[in-house]
Amino acid sequence: MTFASMSFALALEIVLAAVVLTGAVWTVASRETLPAVAGFVAYGLLLSLVWVRLGAPDVALTEAAIGSGLTGALLVGAAARLRSGEEQIVMERPGMVLRVLATMLSTTVAAALAASVLLLPDPAPTLAPAAAENAVATSLGNPVTNVLMAFRAMDTMLEKIVLLLALIGVWSLTPDRFWGGRPGPRHHADPQGVLAFVARVLPPVGIIVGIYILWTSADHPGGAFQGGTILAAMWLLVMMAGLADTPPVSERRPRLLLLAGPMVFLIVGLGGLAFGDAFLAYPMAYAKLLILTIEFAMILTIAVTLGLLVAGPPERECGS
Amino acid sequence: MSFALDIVTIAAVSAGAFFFLAGTVGLLRFPDTLTRLHALTKADNLGLGLMVLGLLPRTESLRDGIKLICVWVIVLLAGATVSQLIAYAARREGSRQ
Amino acid sequence: MSAAMVFGLCAAVAVGLGLYGVITNPQPLRKILAFNLLGSGVFLLFGVIARRGAAAGFGGDPIPQALVITGIVVAFSATALAIALLLRLFQATGSATLRADAPPGAGSDPSRP
Repeated sequence: MTFASMSFALALEIVLAAVVLTGAVWTVASRETLPAVAGFVAYGLLLSLVWVRLGAPDVALTEAAIGSGLTGALLVGAAARLRSGEEQIVMERPGMVLRVLATMLSTTVAAALAASVLLLPDPAPTLAPAAAENAVATSLGNPVTNVLMAFRAMDTMLEKIVLLLALIGVWSLTPDRFWGGRPGPRHHADPQGVLAFVARVLPPVGIIVGIYILWTSADHPGGAFQGGTILAAMWLLVMMAGLADTPPVSERRPRLLLLAGPMVFLIVGLGGLAFGDAFLAYPMAYAKLLILTIEFAMILTIAVTLGLLVAGPPERECGS
Repeated sequence: MSFALDIVTIAAVSAGAFFFLAGTVGLLRFPDTLTRLHALTKADNLGLGLMVLGLLPRTESLRDGIKLICVWVIVLLAGATVSQLIAYAARREGSRQ
Repeated sequence: MSAAMVFGLCAAVAVGLGLYGVITNPQPLRKILAFNLLGSGVFLLFGVIARRGAAAGFGGDPIPQALVITGIVVAFSATALAIALLLRLFQATGSATLRADAPPGAGSDPSRP
């Protein structure tokens, strides 16, 4: 690569970083809430581009899907509901002293981080050779999937449990009279309208794309979380168009799907303890098969959990 | 042959970028929601289509090319849906005022 | 100055902006938004470290990348829980403010838990 093309790419990256920071400033400085949320979604999508430039396509997919997609949906819904209370709070703008102190603190923290970035050791310490050496244990081509499902499988299992705990936390906020009921309002969209049309056309495509992203994560960028997010998004689309209602929280089938992922993970882990070397150890001959089994259970759980997290705590009784 | 394909890529992607720019100028300069939506969706669908057309010579296999075209079709669908929904909401808001 | 450095500085500024937003914005929803900004800046720092660890034929060190994927999912679940808490607070007191002595708003429903 010649010097000219090297600095051209660098110039583009500086422009990208500048645009990302503009989005960040807009999010913090905007006067009204909905523009701030829109700025945050745009910031997240631009951040996915940054992740691609940093050579992390799996993270880019996750950031685009969960970081700005689902989080954006959640925030827009909350902003719409809180709109009536907004004028009252704007009266509470902080005083000059707090602002000056906050500016000083943030500048100090940012400067310290910037200094540590500029002073990073060279050559950089890395675990990539260790990851490459041990890749033979699972015969998967995507190193990030290897790390997530084999080397740090314990983290991934606990992450599933964290998702479940968050969902239990959200459900625990149900008012007493709606306990065990259906989350969210009942959506009615015109059955001849465009939203109902898209909610019929897009989900089959989305389901295929979601499962494909899971399937291809063995050797190419992708993963269970990204695929599960797409499945959750399709489900949310169908619910928002009124074609299906949110399931009652007390119903058995969603709960079984929620437990499927962690249970399969735990069973495989205990199997590793019983028949192998350690908890979550995969015998080399069956490693890929076991990982695929866990991932298929995981994608179902992730889809249901993320969908229910966005739907929120129950607001209607079971029968309605 | 590859030189001609490079020219196609540069021309198509530049034209696509121009349409994106036109759409953004329309978003900033047009007076109300409906005209802004018109500018955005027309320009962005055409802009994205031209960019996909420009990137097609760069793909390595037929499957990648089909995936790119599928991306464009899905964005068309999503853009059309969202702009119609926003337009309905804007009309309801306008008639309520 | 390489690409990773540029994005590292970008991450530092994002963390600073997020921290400022969390402290100064009175609305809880804006605080949650700024908190997400702060978190994404931290993840970007991880990404810079991962990029600098490119070796053995990979574009980046896969371990920090896997940690960031986990982090993004956990951050989303924390945001979902925070939003649920905020909406419940709004429903119970009629105003989404964190001040303890705020009067109940118009739409409050404190009698029905």
